[in-house]
Amino acid sequence: MLNDADLTALWITLKLAGVTLIILLLLGTPLAWWLSRTRSRFKFMVEALVALPLVLPPTVLGFYLLILLGSQGPLSGLLEALGIGTLAFTFTGLVIGSLVYSLPFVVQPLQAAFVSMGQRPLEVAATLGASPMDRFFTVAVPLAAPGFLTASVLGFAHTLGEFGVVLMIGGNIPGKTQVLSIAIYDHVEAMDYANAHWLAGLLLVASLLMLMAVYRLGRRYATVGPR
Amino acid sequence: MTIQATFSRRLGDFQLAVATDIPAQGVTALFGPSGSGKTTLLRALAGLDRIAGGQLRYGSQVWQDADTFLPTHRRPVSYVFQEPSLFPHMDVRGNLRYGMKRRIRSDGPGFDDVVHWLGLENLLDQAGPSLSGGQQQRVAIGRALLSGPEWLLMDEPLASLDHAARARILPYLERLVRQLELPVLYVSHASSEVARLADWMILMDRGSTVAAGPLDAVLTRLDLGPARSEQAEAVIQAQVAGQDPAYALTRLTFPGGDLWVPHVDANPGASVRIQILARDVSLTLEQPRQTSVLNVIPCRVVDILEQDHQAILQLDAGGSPLLASITRRSREQLGVQTGTQAFAQIKSVAVLV
Repeated sequence: MLNDADLTALWITLKLAGVTLIILLLLGTPLAWWLSRTRSRFKFMVEALVALPLVLPPTVLGFYLLILLGSQGPLSGLLEALGIGTLAFTFTGLVIGSLVYSLPFVVQPLQAAFVSMGQRPLEVAATLGASPMDRFFTVAVPLAAPGFLTASVLGFAHTLGEFGVVLMIGGNIPGKTQVLSIAIYDHVEAMDYANAHWLAGLLLVASLLMLMAVYRLGRRYATVGPR
Repeated sequence: MTIQATFSRRLGDFQLAVATDIPAQGVTALFGPSGSGKTTLLRALAGLDRIAGGQLRYGSQVWQDADTFLPTHRRPVSYVFQEPSLFPHMDVRGNLRYGMKRRIRSDGPGFDDVVHWLGLENLLDQAGPSLSGGQQQRVAIGRALLSGPEWLLMDEPLASLDHAARARILPYLERLVRQLELPVLYVSHASSEVARLADWMILMDRGSTVAAGPLDAVLTRLDLGPARSEQAEAVIQAQVAGQDPAYALTRLTFPGGDLWVPHVDANPGASVRIQILARDVSLTLEQPRQTSVLNVIPCRVVDILEQDHQAILQLDAGGSPLLASITRRSREQLGVQTGTQAFAQIKSVAVLV
């Protein structure tokens, strides 16, 4: 069964995935909206940056984040001055890493949902007197509901399973930055296969259930991967 | 208040050259062949597209000029698109209420009235996609009306419907535009719809506003497209003058004289609109004595256009313009010239309203 350390790791993992998802929805929604509507010639660059975590080894991401956020990093002076201190090996650091790592899994389904509704519903709303903000919340968001579902499940599930970024930037501090995937690694290292089974099985079943929910409820919006 | 529109801009492969006033009463048809820029102009009027260098004024209000662009949601217009475009995440009632909640002015037609006019009573709780195309378009029209606009812009609202649905929805539209004192700008390339609905016509061709004026005048001008087409026609407003039940005929009167038409179920004095195709009108120089044609109207030849084997004549019948299509040979043999007094033999009259 799960021991206390495993339960703590489970709690940290869920907290990390939840916090990351909420922030990603808040940041990713306007970004996805902008990508779906812009005619900017820099759009392709932004799209490439958003998709980068899909193809980059997580350790590469984690490495650069570690450099950026660490005590010797270029941002350390600023962070010190703001009273935040160093972010490497903290829960906040983990959240930042996860934001970058899971960004495409939230932005891409949202962007696809916003694109697929077309301009027409929004034009209709405008001719009926709805302001841009009003149209966004009363027309665009409800019509993109399947996209939000996909984005939420994928963003959450993907953060649950992250390993490389976390290991690089968060280290492996039990009770603080140790998440499930790393706890599993520790158990295997210690030849404790029983506990590793429990945790691995838990992640497997949870991830499979979430993905099944996505494909059952909103399969035509699930477009992941660079397009 | 009149809408004054001026646009002059190269857009892709055509030059948009618009300079027109749109009268603030009745139905104005924006008429022309496909690709002549009608929808482009309508979208610019609604503020859905911004065409640089344009000028749009609505009374004293500036909708667009060099440094102003009033966004769509602040213009007192509603728009009916070619496809019904109901919000799929709302039922019919939700769609109808959407614009009502966002009215610029407090007045405008009431919910129950619009539902009744358009016959939507039994559809209110249904989802948009479950309705037929014609029903959806009726909801879309109701939704536009309920937003309380000062102008209704319609972009070929019947074009996406099949023939039967179109025939069912037209009477609703006719009743609405006559009942509401709401100016309508109606984009169409279907002369049958325009003949039934419009009072004023703005003619567009290859991006330019070619002519504008009362419907009957624009339709019968020989220098313009409609009179040169297969469907060349005159549209006349007439009154019911009497009935002949024995023969199931109705007598109509218009400034040019009387016309007998198949029975029309209307009271004497009722106003009806009639359509007379150029190809159903022939010309004779003397009052015919023995003819099966019921309707013979004295007239004067005003203008002549010859093309191929045809001569299209614009006739004046007591102030009402008519068109006649005869062969060039007939014209020469009869010696018809501009100013000739003659009689128009009208083989067929279609009563539209």
